[in-house]
Amino acid sequence: MKPILVLVSVDSNSVLLGARQFLNYLREQIAEYNLSDTVDVLETGTMGVYTQGVVMAIFPDDVYYAVKDKEDVHKIVTEHLLKGREVLDLTLPKEKLKLFVETAPVSKETRIVLRNAGLIDPKSIDEYIARDGYFALQKVLTEMKPGDVIEVLKASGLRGRGGAGFPTGLKWEFTARASADQKYIVCNADEGEPGTFKDRLIMEGDPHSVVESMIIAGYATGATKGYIYIRGEYYGSVDNIRKAIQDAYEYGLLGKDILGSGFSFDLSVRLGAGAYVCGEETALLESIEGKSGRPRLKPPYPPTCGLFGKPTVINNVETLANVPPIILNGPDWFKSFGTENSPGTKVFCLVGDVVRRGIVEVPMGTSVRDLIYRFGGGLIGGKELYMVQTGGTAGTFVGVDKLDVQLDYDSFAKYGVSIGSGVILVMSEDVCPVDVALNTMEFFLHESCGKCTPCREGTRLAVQTLRRISKGRGKKEDLDTLRSIASVTQEASLCGLGQSITVPLTSIIDNFQKDFEDHIGAGSCPHGVCHFEKSRSKSKVRR
Amino acid sequence: MSDTCATGGKLFKELDQFIEESGSTPDRLIAVLQRAQELFGYLSPEVQEHVAEKLKIPVSQVYGVVTFYNFFSTKPKGKYQIKVCLGTACYVKGGDRVFERFLEELGVEADEPTKDGLFSVHAVRCLGACSMAPVVLVGEQDFYGKVKPDMVSKILKHYSERGA
Repeated sequence: MKPILVLVSVDSNSVLLGARQFLNYLREQIAEYNLSDTVDVLETGTMGVYTQGVVMAIFPDDVYYAVKDKEDVHKIVTEHLLKGREVLDLTLPKEKLKLFVETAPVSKETRIVLRNAGLIDPKSIDEYIARDGYFALQKVLTEMKPGDVIEVLKASGLRGRGGAGFPTGLKWEFTARASADQKYIVCNADEGEPGTFKDRLIMEGDPHSVVESMIIAGYATGATKGYIYIRGEYYGSVDNIRKAIQDAYEYGLLGKDILGSGFSFDLSVRLGAGAYVCGEETALLESIEGKSGRPRLKPPYPPTCGLFGKPTVINNVETLANVPPIILNGPDWFKSFGTENSPGTKVFCLVGDVVRRGIVEVPMGTSVRDLIYRFGGGLIGGKELYMVQTGGTAGTFVGVDKLDVQLDYDSFAKYGVSIGSGVILVMSEDVCPVDVALNTMEFFLHESCGKCTPCREGTRLAVQTLRRISKGRGKKEDLDTLRSIASVTQEASLCGLGQSITVPLTSIIDNFQKDFEDHIGAGSCPHGVCHFEKSRSKSKVRR
Repeated sequence: MSDTCATGGKLFKELDQFIEESGSTPDRLIAVLQRAQELFGYLSPEVQEHVAEKLKIPVSQVYGVVTFYNFFSTKPKGKYQIKVCLGTACYVKGGDRVFERFLEELGVEADEPTKDGLFSVHAVRCLGACSMAPVVLVGEQDFYGKVKPDMVSKILKHYSERGA
């Protein structure tokens, strides 16, 4: 090992900031200054901070730089690496990183899911193993019966991080109890919820954690085959997961007779082809089977009748990444984080008009206010906060009165603020709720698969009505129409896509009713966003 | 004419080789179509019929899958496909204005290739890089983040200079 180590973030968001060019330039410069014998350069996943530039960390000095151009790289090489002088104007203030490295308000270590992202080379299985990787698998295979694994998971209280929050241990138990000649483990990595990119960063930063968990799930439930269904556009995730699978096979951690235990498990990757509905678990199964991704009628549920009609466990990427630490540290350790009904941490994606856009992992039960102001650094340009969408496109729109709600799997039922897939979309007064509602419903209209009428027609009607309001042709009764569309679509739709449009739609109307009413009968959009049509309706309004 | 037939034949051969290597069971349909689109650029009726025959499934089923998924196209697209993200995070940061500017500058409708076949503009939902909103993806790999409408002509110039 060389005395100095430089880690460079090359996750997708950093690549947009030029990480690849900087990395190549860094290597060139190191060669040019004859530092190749003393400096190692490694690629790593996200370090969670983007606003300042690409993050480069130098060890053992423990100095973090934000690099914006090649000139910065040159400075770091000539000053720090060559002369050992810290480049002060490029250093990232420790408190900026602190929010990621030490996250919790009580300075508790809360990086469970992202324990390795930004620390290891995701393409190296040895580095994963050095960080206790595959130790959980070894423990499971040598010391535990399948039933014990399920008991540990049940006791931990881990719930599905894809949004629905179903207890993971219970899901595994259903499949374990089902008898069949073949069972499957499927990882739902079809992250398509607009605003969400946490699964992508987990797969790019720590792919082995997903692979290891799937093997453990296979052992616990009696499944011998697994599929990871990844969004086709996630090139970086696909590459890293494929490499991880290949290396795991080489190390005897996949395939026949894993670690001499007699247990065998095979894993392969399937690529999505662009359909939001495929994130719905039964639609995803259809897609793996090579068909159009239209959801199935439930019941039967996948744990008893899933892929190719066989019992199947389907878990989200983030859910799976929690499993190895739970096995190693025990359920009580896991329950020491988060809230009683929702133990553990949650990875949030902070997006929109927030200063530090990126991901943070915090304990369940962190308030919306803390996420925006403590971890997100408040609003860009000191703007006023007007609206927040929590949980993703199928999540709730709330106003400033709900900022102190603590997010967990109960916060939706109790306070009408959903945690969903963990998106916090921050919007300033520059946005118009009617325009945002229209954009959201256009998304659902486009992504509705068309199999069931309530969703296909409900989304169309919602868009028509909202478009009318946004063009200044809204009628008083339109809000009631929208509410009834929402409730019918929720009641009668076949799958989660149609059922969930009510969440954004009713929450935005209920919490921003005045904005909607101000569009109706007005001469222009009160927020100056919607383009009103210059039609007779306008002259009528003038009275 | 004979030239295109020859390249067409070569591409079909490549596709057949892929099917042979990865298996021709019906559950491989999406993977086979992905490869076919990579090779041919889009999925013409001939290609769809060929795939149906190879996997021993009805053409109607192939067509159903092709038209279901956004990724598949039955019409030729521009050499450089410009995907502008209109997901919520990009939308609130002005993705729609970027989208409009691309259409204006190129004088085309969405999803329709330019006369020289160089560009086509597509609206997409969430490319999973929301911290860089608004985001534009050209081709498969070229990402542009924090795009402003005024950057559009520069982006286009970069590719038109590279040409066909």
